[in-house]
Amino acid sequence: MVDQLDTPVRSRTSAPQKKTRRSPDSTAGLLAKILLLGLTDAFAVYVLMALFMNEKWLILAVATAVTVLINWIYLRRGGLPAKYLAPGVLFLLVFQVFVVVYSGYVAFTNYGDGHNSTKEDAISSISMSAQKRVPDSPAYQVSVVEKDDVLSLLVTDPDGGVRIGTTGEPLEDVEDAEIGGTGKAVGADGYRTLNFNELLSVQQEITAIKVPLSEDLDDGILQTADGSNAYVFKPVLVYDEAADTFTDTETGVVYADGGEGSYVSDSGERLPTGWKVGVGFENFERAFTDPDLRGPLVSVILWTFTFALGSVLLCFGLGLFLALTFNHPNLRGKKIYRTIMILPYAFPAFLAGLVWSGMLNQEFGFINETLFGGADIPWLTDPWLAKFSVLLVNTWLGFPYMFLVCTGALQSLPDDVNEAARMDGASAWRIFRSIKLPLLLVSTAPLLISTFAFNFNNFNVIFMLTGGGPRFSDTNMDIGATDLLITLVYKVAFGQGSGRDYGLASALAVIIFIIVAVISAVSFRQTKALEEVNS
Amino acid sequence: MSNSTLTPAGKGTAESTAGTVAAQPRKSFGHWFRDKGWRHLVGVVMGVFALFPLAYVLSAALSPTGTLVSANGLFTTVALDNFIDLFSDPQKPFAKWFMNTLIVGLITSAGTVFLGALAAYSFSRMRFTGRRFGLMSLMLLQMFPQMLGVVAIFLLLSGISDVVPWLGLGSQTGLIMVYLGGALGVNTYLMYGFFNTVPKSLDEAARIDGASHVQIFFTIILRLVTPILAIVGLLSFITATGEFLIASIVLNDPDAQTLAVGLYSFVGDSQSRSWGVFSAGAVLAALPVMALFLFLQRFISSGLTSGAVKG
Repeated sequence: MVDQLDTPVRSRTSAPQKKTRRSPDSTAGLLAKILLLGLTDAFAVYVLMALFMNEKWLILAVATAVTVLINWIYLRRGGLPAKYLAPGVLFLLVFQVFVVVYSGYVAFTNYGDGHNSTKEDAISSISMSAQKRVPDSPAYQVSVVEKDDVLSLLVTDPDGGVRIGTTGEPLEDVEDAEIGGTGKAVGADGYRTLNFNELLSVQQEITAIKVPLSEDLDDGILQTADGSNAYVFKPVLVYDEAADTFTDTETGVVYADGGEGSYVSDSGERLPTGWKVGVGFENFERAFTDPDLRGPLVSVILWTFTFALGSVLLCFGLGLFLALTFNHPNLRGKKIYRTIMILPYAFPAFLAGLVWSGMLNQEFGFINETLFGGADIPWLTDPWLAKFSVLLVNTWLGFPYMFLVCTGALQSLPDDVNEAARMDGASAWRIFRSIKLPLLLVSTAPLLISTFAFNFNNFNVIFMLTGGGPRFSDTNMDIGATDLLITLVYKVAFGQGSGRDYGLASALAVIIFIIVAVISAVSFRQTKALEEVNS
Repeated sequence: MSNSTLTPAGKGTAESTAGTVAAQPRKSFGHWFRDKGWRHLVGVVMGVFALFPLAYVLSAALSPTGTLVSANGLFTTVALDNFIDLFSDPQKPFAKWFMNTLIVGLITSAGTVFLGALAAYSFSRMRFTGRRFGLMSLMLLQMFPQMLGVVAIFLLLSGISDVVPWLGLGSQTGLIMVYLGGALGVNTYLMYGFFNTVPKSLDEAARIDGASHVQIFFTIILRLVTPILAIVGLLSFITATGEFLIASIVLNDPDAQTLAVGLYSFVGDSQSRSWGVFSAGAVLAALPVMALFLFLQRFISSGLTSGAVKG
């Protein structure tokens, strides 16, 4: 960036002044600068060290480069614009630009529940989880005892027998064990029982103890997590490193790396734990071919457009109508009307959604019970009524804004055009339609576009009011008649019902991104909003 | 609220001279209605439409039993039980949510105003390569809300958690950082337009007097653009305090949550039972925002429309 700030005036006169008049302020400024930069650097060093400890080399390199860049920007002479822009741009780059780019990357992976780490992690996780606790197996009360630095488990069977064993040594009976108050064996001859503090200090070794139940390994092993209760575990899946396969010890099924981030058997069965791999366009393909998703997704996209467009039209129409109504030179109580009508805009949107959801409640809500005298109208549970309700609530929330905007725009319209038209004998309606409205549209078009973009992603109203429901009946996924694309993204990524699927969610976000980009590109080309930038 | 149907003759003349050519000595009810009466009618109807959900939630907050059904009798009985219940549930620490929301909102709006003003100043007052590109990109970026990247934000913050836990998932600092990431995109363009209305001759005069660029920024420009600072501050405060999507995935601990996330947990499964308590919370949550809003209303309407006219 080249600094062209220096005006002719300054370059002629500033050289001598710099030394004489600016020096006292410069010291204060310099101190502030040193202080701020010092704090920033201290924080940066702290982060860099943390990164170093965590062995995140790539991020460490990037972070170092950023730190150096920041110091360079603020320590060098000149480059003034960069000094003013750097803080905001830094946040912008990390939390908006990077985030968008990263979403784009995630959209091409299978990132999600069961696919959230590397293959190594998946293998060790499968091996661990393969040590499955036998379903409905009884709990064995245990005490941890020690002999010759070897830890063993003193096990009290559910039926009262006492046995002892450790890793590699199957359980054997113990004679005259010391029985505690609860019927649990707490000590045995020749062994020392660990107290609670000792248990804590060797916790990892204790959880690593795997006591075979008998000589036959297939009977399973006893493991304890806390040093007081043990359960029977049986190994299910065994990893064969040479062949890169898992073998199910019970059924003999072999699971091999299927190339799609998980181990698959010949019959197509998948192990639940997999790892993150790139899947190309599969998420997008799935969105438009998966029968569970295709139909609902098309409805959701259509509804998203309907909702955004409908909201803009309703809010603008109502706002404009009210602006015209109250744009009367001497109407009594005009101010009171205006203040009252602004209130919905001031009311937080998320609360509005929740409050209206209570009012529209089918059984107990105010609308049905009081306004409709106990009617049973399914405002939020019938697909069409729910759509109507959502639009109604969004109009309630949005018309004050348009009312304000239109009032302002109306008042800034030149009076002479109006008068000229009246002289020519134009009717009020004709003046409105041919003069006021076009002029209004010119000045409010950018706002209409951004309102459209806002409502396109109006998460709060939908999520708080209907949660996207009522659900479609032709899909197993949690998608409903009032779902927007953005609520769908949220549900797919963080929903309660089905597992989290970050890849698919990001793919949907990318679709939104593209739609919004196309719309704004087209609409901004038509308005002249870009002109001012060119000045 | 409605005016009496009697029309004072004197006023009538003043109005009709403004509108039509000849002034009538006395106006019929029909004329009054065509000129002004219907406007009052619209005003009353829309006023009721605008107000009744607010009145309803206030009455629900004040109803003593606190279920959804009992909220239907508007203001028939008034008691403060719900407010007491609201502050006595350790599972749902309303007071903490309130404080959290204030903290997140205030820091975010202060940061947004500051970062945005810095950027707008440089775009408005300096000429540099990349300026046009910068403005264009900001304008395009504002079309893409941060929540589109919610998945990536979640993954990014969980990555940060591994390195610096107090900046990552579950921390308000992390949430504020995310919000500040949206600071430039939305507001710089608005501020830039307003900064341009301050004549450059002021800067030049100050510069001749020996003021540095920092002094010009803080002592001259910032004072002259206070209205837009107030608007941006207020709007970003409202956005930050009402934001649910990102806050709900970042703040997983009830003690750290904001009002939007916390109050949402009131409804859901037991909506009809805890309705009164929720309403009480909603009233308390909305009051400060609405008060602030009405207080700054003049700023807002002028700012919105100037933004509207200037693009």
